[in-house]
Amino acid sequence: MKKWKVISPLVFIVLWQVLASAGALGKGVPSPVQVVQGLYQLTVTGFPPGYKLLGDILSSLARVLLGFGIAVVLAVPIGILMGWSSWFDVVLDPIVEALRPIPPLAWLPFALVWFGLGYLSAAFVIFLGVFFPVVLNTVAGARSVDPYLEEAARTLGADRRTILLKVIVPGSLPSIFTGVRIGIGVGWMTLVAAELIGVKNGYGLGYMIMNAGEVARFDYVVGGMVVIGLIGFLMDRAIKYAEKRLLKWR
Amino acid sequence: MEMSGSGGTVLELRSLEKMFTEKKTGRELEVLDGIDLEIGQGRFTCVVGPSGCGKTTLLRAIGGLVEPTSGEIFLDGHPVTGPGPERGMVFQEYALFPWRTVLKNVTFGLTLKGISAIDARASAREYLETVGLTDYENLYPRELSGGMKQRVAIARTLAVEPRILLMDEPFASLDAQARNGMQEFLVELWRETPVTIVFVTHSVDEAVFLGQEIIGLSGRPARIVEKFTNELPYPRNRTDAAFTDLRARILDYLTKEMADSYV
Repeated sequence: MKKWKVISPLVFIVLWQVLASAGALGKGVPSPVQVVQGLYQLTVTGFPPGYKLLGDILSSLARVLLGFGIAVVLAVPIGILMGWSSWFDVVLDPIVEALRPIPPLAWLPFALVWFGLGYLSAAFVIFLGVFFPVVLNTVAGARSVDPYLEEAARTLGADRRTILLKVIVPGSLPSIFTGVRIGIGVGWMTLVAAELIGVKNGYGLGYMIMNAGEVARFDYVVGGMVVIGLIGFLMDRAIKYAEKRLLKWR
Repeated sequence: MEMSGSGGTVLELRSLEKMFTEKKTGRELEVLDGIDLEIGQGRFTCVVGPSGCGKTTLLRAIGGLVEPTSGEIFLDGHPVTGPGPERGMVFQEYALFPWRTVLKNVTFGLTLKGISAIDARASAREYLETVGLTDYENLYPRELSGGMKQRVAIARTLAVEPRILLMDEPFASLDAQARNGMQEFLVELWRETPVTIVFVTHSVDEAVFLGQEIIGLSGRPARIVEKFTNELPYPRNRTDAAFTDLRARILDYLTKEMADSYV
C-alpha cells in the first residue's frame, strides 16, 4: 500500500513530461524538466534578475505568517467566547456570518487605505482568509465540550474563569487545530491576490508568479506554484506534528 | 456544625419542588413534588423509582446543578445554593477530563482548593491507591475500562473530602460483571471511609446490595412513597432469603408505581 505513495506522484510527473513534450498541454505549458530548470534559474539569477527565489520565499512566508498569526491570536479567543457564552454568540454571530462570505480580495482597496503599500496590507488580506475558518472551528469546538465536564468541574469547586481556562479551552483544542490547518491552507491561497497589491519591494512568490505570467515565463509560474505547494505541505505537516504532541490524549 | 457528628444529620431536604418549563410547548412540567428527607452522617442511602420519575433531578438539585423551584436544602444546617466541593458528584458518564492523565484528573479539585501542586499530587496518589489504580496514574481516560474510569471519578471526588457523595447511576454503563465488581468495591470503600453516600439507581438489586436505606419515589412528579430499611450485614449475599425477600418487596412497590404512572 505504502509504495503507491511514491508511485502515484512519479506516474503523474512522467505523464506530465510526456504530454508536455508532445505539445499536448497547449502552447508554452512547461514540462517538469523545464520547471526544474526554471526553479534553478530563479534560485541563482532570480526574476526579475537580482530578485532571487529565497527572497521571494522569505517575503511570502513573512506575510503569510504575520496574517496567519494575528488571525489565530484573535480568532481563538473570539471563537471560544462565542461557543461558550450565548451572549457573545448572539452579539458576534451576525457580524461573523455577514463578513464571512465576502472574498478577502474585495477588501483590497481598504487594505491599501488602512495599511498602505507593504507587508501589512498583504498580511491583512491573508488575515481575512485565515480568520473565519479558525473562528468557526473554534466555536464548534467550544460547543462540543461535554456539558458533564463543566458540571463535574463545578462540583469540584471551579468558578467560571477556571471552567473557561481548564475545561472549555482544552476541550476545544482538537477543533482549533482543524481550523488552523484549514486556515493556513486558505492563507496560502489568498497569497497571490494579496501580493498583487501588497508588494512594493519586488519580492514575493505570488508577485513573482504574476510578473512571470505577464511575460509568458510559464516555467517560473509553475516553479512558483510548486514552491507554494511544497511550503504549504510542510506547514501542514508541522501543524499535524504539533497536534500529535499536544493532543496525545485523543 | 453541631449536627455534623457521627449519627447527626448531614443532609436535609424540606418540601423540595422542581418545575421545568417545556421549551417547545411552554407547558409546566412538575418533576419533584415536595420531597422531605433527612440523611444521617455516614449512612448509605439508595434512591429508586420508575424511569423518568425525577431521581436524577433530585440528586442534581442536592448537587446544586439544578435550582429547586421551592423548598430548601441544608448541608450541615447550612442552606445549599449552587454546586460546591462539599457535595461530590459522580456521574454515569464518568465525566473525566480526557486531556488530563488519571493523576491530573484527581488533582483537579485539590489545586482549586489552593493546595500546592506537590501536596495535591501526594494526596491524589493516596486516593488512587485507595481505589486500586496506583499503577495507572499516567494513563489517559481513553486508555481505561469503564470500571477503572469510574474509580478515577470516585477518587477525584473523594480527594476534595466532600461531606456527602452523590452518585447518579454510576455503574449503569458497565457490563454486569464489572458492575458487580464495582458494587463490592464501593461497599468496601464506604466501610473504610466515613463518607455519606446518596446513590441513585434504577436497579433494585443494586439498591439492596448497597443501601442501608432505600428511598422509593413515585412516578413523576416524584414524591417519597416508600422507605425501606436494610439491616443486612455487609458484604451482602444476593442469594440470602432476606436479600431476595427485600428485593421482592421493593419490586412490588416499583411495579405498582410504574402501573400508576402509565394510567
